[in-house]
Amino acid sequence: MAKEKKVLEGLAKFNRVSKPMNILFSVVFIFAALCCVIPLIFVVIISFTHKDSIARNGYTFFPDQWSLQAYSTLWDSRESIVRAFGISVLITVVGTVLGLFLNASMGYVLSRSSFKFKGLYTIIVFIPMIFNGGMVSSFLIMTQLLHLRDNLLALILPLAVSSFNIIIMRTFFTTTVPDSLVESGKIDGASQLRIFFQIVLPISLPAMATIGLFLSFAYWNDWWQALMYLNNQDLYPLQYVLISIERNIDFVTKNAAYMGMSAVEISAKLPQDGVKMALVVIAVLPIACSYPFFQRYFVSGLTIGAVKG
Amino acid sequence: MAKAKVKGKKFTFDDLELILLSLPTVVWFAIFSYLPMFGVIIAFKTYRLQPGKGFLYSLFKSKWAAFKNFEFLFASSDTWIMFRNTIGYNLIFIILGVVIPVSLAIMISNLYSQRLGKVCQTAMFLPHFMSWVVASYFLFAFLSSEKGLVNSIIVSMGGTKVNWYGAEALNYWPFFLVMMNIWKGTGYGMVVYLATITGIDSTYYEAAVIDGATKWQQTTKITIPLLKQIMVIMTIMAIGRIFNADFGLFYQVPKASGPLSNATLTMDVFIYNALTKMNNIGMSSAAALFQSVCGCITICIANWVVSKIDNESAFF
Repeated sequence: MAKEKKVLEGLAKFNRVSKPMNILFSVVFIFAALCCVIPLIFVVIISFTHKDSIARNGYTFFPDQWSLQAYSTLWDSRESIVRAFGISVLITVVGTVLGLFLNASMGYVLSRSSFKFKGLYTIIVFIPMIFNGGMVSSFLIMTQLLHLRDNLLALILPLAVSSFNIIIMRTFFTTTVPDSLVESGKIDGASQLRIFFQIVLPISLPAMATIGLFLSFAYWNDWWQALMYLNNQDLYPLQYVLISIERNIDFVTKNAAYMGMSAVEISAKLPQDGVKMALVVIAVLPIACSYPFFQRYFVSGLTIGAVKG
Repeated sequence: MAKAKVKGKKFTFDDLELILLSLPTVVWFAIFSYLPMFGVIIAFKTYRLQPGKGFLYSLFKSKWAAFKNFEFLFASSDTWIMFRNTIGYNLIFIILGVVIPVSLAIMISNLYSQRLGKVCQTAMFLPHFMSWVVASYFLFAFLSSEKGLVNSIIVSMGGTKVNWYGAEALNYWPFFLVMMNIWKGTGYGMVVYLATITGIDSTYYEAAVIDGATKWQQTTKITIPLLKQIMVIMTIMAIGRIFNADFGLFYQVPKASGPLSNATLTMDVFIYNALTKMNNIGMSSAAALFQSVCGCITICIANWVVSKIDNESAFF
């Protein structure tokens, strides 16, 4: 046995790409990895650069003067920043919990082979994958029928369900929750609802973790719903604050002439570059720090999801 | 198939419970998925919100416009640019979105050091988790005309500053946009393909080595054929989105710059501008419906073609 293993290992060693090839591949990957990470590092550096240094040298990887000033400026306006952060957290948490329930319950129902309307339900879930009503009619329904303008529900509800997530859940339930388990629960007198909440969900934590992560990253990163449905500044999530800052700058610079402001006054009114970048860092940091640990759940979700529905 | 199997089945209490359990999701689909599908008839109407009345009332009471909205859409001078950009970029994205991740996944699976592979893969996954808004700031740090790193380098080499977000840089933007899309999507694609590669039974390769196959032959004769199904599914999905353009990429990343619109005007940007800036519900809804219908048709055609060639690989 040990010998056989050794032979196989020898074979694997023999069946490798050549050494120069390996070096070439390594260089390619180190380069690619750097390309992906460096922009983030660059922005972090800028956020710690002193504003005089930025004024002198522009953005650079090696500033000659460091400073925490950008963050202290953010701290001075903490009321609005903390509020934006809180709203981002709120929609992420509420949306993830709601989305988990909606996707998992539908996935479970679709996975039960004995369900009478399984065919119909599969069609209901499948059609949105290939056809949708488009931006305009969704917008009109959200604003004129549901009246969700300037309402946090507009940031939460539209992202809660996706056919893709439901299919991942269904595949998971079909393969890991055998009919016999549900049957045994029924013999013990449990209802389907009870089976779902007390037997199925607790043993489905890996799939729940995967979908939960998909959802929470999607909610945290979302700015589209805010762009479409929010006017009230008090409700802006962090990602949208980043957009609105940019818009304010455009507004001030374009209207400076009409407002009779001098260049000095304009630059005093605008948020400094470092502050903007510090805000970017705050929006990105929770994700950048957490995704390496959750990566494997993503991978498992993507692999299930890629299997033919 | 499933339908035929349960056709004669009686309606049981179980079914009722399952219906109850799925009711919230079905309601969600009805409101956020199927109601908008029904709402596409706006495109054939002159929609006006009746004062004091709701959406549905206004929708039914609005006058039929037949294909007027579509006539306006196709008469607009921007329309041609918009189609050219949308389809052009998407074709590039589809091709590069298969070629680059597949080759990188094969390469990374051949690295001697598993550890290096893991670290690089994690790093390359990072952009997938960044929103386009954040990505636009990343790019801005390099391209800002006043303080950007690129201009600093140009100036230090004796050149003059380029206004990267202005008309003079128009020709560079297709390249920037493609680059940003690759930057954001490659890690994700690689993960999907790599998962399939690591799932391949190693005995295939062992047998091939004994028969004297080179590494290149193993790649083209074993790895790629086994990746084919997932490649086809990913491509069909991408083709189904050929009329969709990522709004974040084409609007936020170029900072909605007007002079760049020749390079960045795509379906979603067009619809967004028509809806929110011009408040032209007729034309924007016509464009949105056109987008949805074309997307649906292309995905069905792509799937049909694939199923004719190789039924196993078809998506549905």
